[in-house]
Amino acid sequence: MKVEILKNITSANDAIAAQNQQVLDKHNILALNIMASPGAGKTSLILQTINCLKGKLNISVIEGDVASRIDADKIDKEGIPVVQINVGSACSLEAQMITPALDKLPLDKVNLLFIENVGNLICPAEFALGEHRKVVISSIPEGDDKPAKYPLMFTLADVVIINKIDLLPHLEFDLHNFTKTVKGINPKVKIFQVSCNTGQGIDEWCSWISSQIKK
Amino acid sequence: MHELAITQNILDLALNEAKAVQASRISKISLVIGELSGVVSDSVEFYFDFMSRDSMAVDATLEFIIVPAQLRCRDCQTEFNPQDSLWICPNCKSVNIDLLAGRDCYIKSIEVE
Repeated sequence: MKVEILKNITSANDAIAAQNQQVLDKHNILALNIMASPGAGKTSLILQTINCLKGKLNISVIEGDVASRIDADKIDKEGIPVVQINVGSACSLEAQMITPALDKLPLDKVNLLFIENVGNLICPAEFALGEHRKVVISSIPEGDDKPAKYPLMFTLADVVIINKIDLLPHLEFDLHNFTKTVKGINPKVKIFQVSCNTGQGIDEWCSWISSQIKK
Repeated sequence: MHELAITQNILDLALNEAKAVQASRISKISLVIGELSGVVSDSVEFYFDFMSRDSMAVDATLEFIIVPAQLRCRDCQTEFNPQDSLWICPNCKSVNIDLLAGRDCYIKSIEVE
């Protein structure tokens, strides 16, 4: 007997992601899913943002890594509530990992949540977590060809951040080509140029976050 | 590597549907997979073999119906399949591209006994 199903393979994940988002919405929290290759500057961007918005917004962080608490410890030092998730052999955070992490955060007091995904430009694109915006970081040393090589991730992004912009004079990175490719496959995307090393562009990025915060 | 989670989802969905019709065995699962979905069918088969071992889906055949990627140039409206995975219009070389198809990733049907 043949049974028609026509259900998305990720439908179980999507349903949990929708529940996570309901929890976040109930508490008026803006959640950003931060995705990038390893070393692009996900944790550095979160730390710079904390530095810039501390006292103005109440921030919490969920850290996803294959192993270790290295990133969570850096956030913890800033006095920011943080939950570390170790995904082990999985290559991305999934919605069901976020649900118990939310329970460990002081949601009543939070208005901005960073979810730092596992360093990877492929798999995290497949799994919604309950976030309101997807932020993809690409850094100058990675080269300007990343949007052409990993187009799906860049089509899904609401925001693309070009990090390590201070290295532009020293490396061969065609900024025009990068921007043209990203805007070509994702015309609505917002692009910021920042350096988490010098602080360049961080103010503009933080202003954007403030404009997105739920009142 | 996210095929591990994908395969678990496929198995869970198929088992739930089979139970709903009081089936005792799943003999075939038909999957529609877009070229750009990032799902590698060989990996799914590999995981499925051992994940289904103690279930009614053991020895089920997996059928992969692959949907080719289809893109459209916003400048000259040419529709094309990305060659070498590059999203560049073969007609006018534009990089202003919309994705039309190729992201599908769903279970079409199962065959049960």
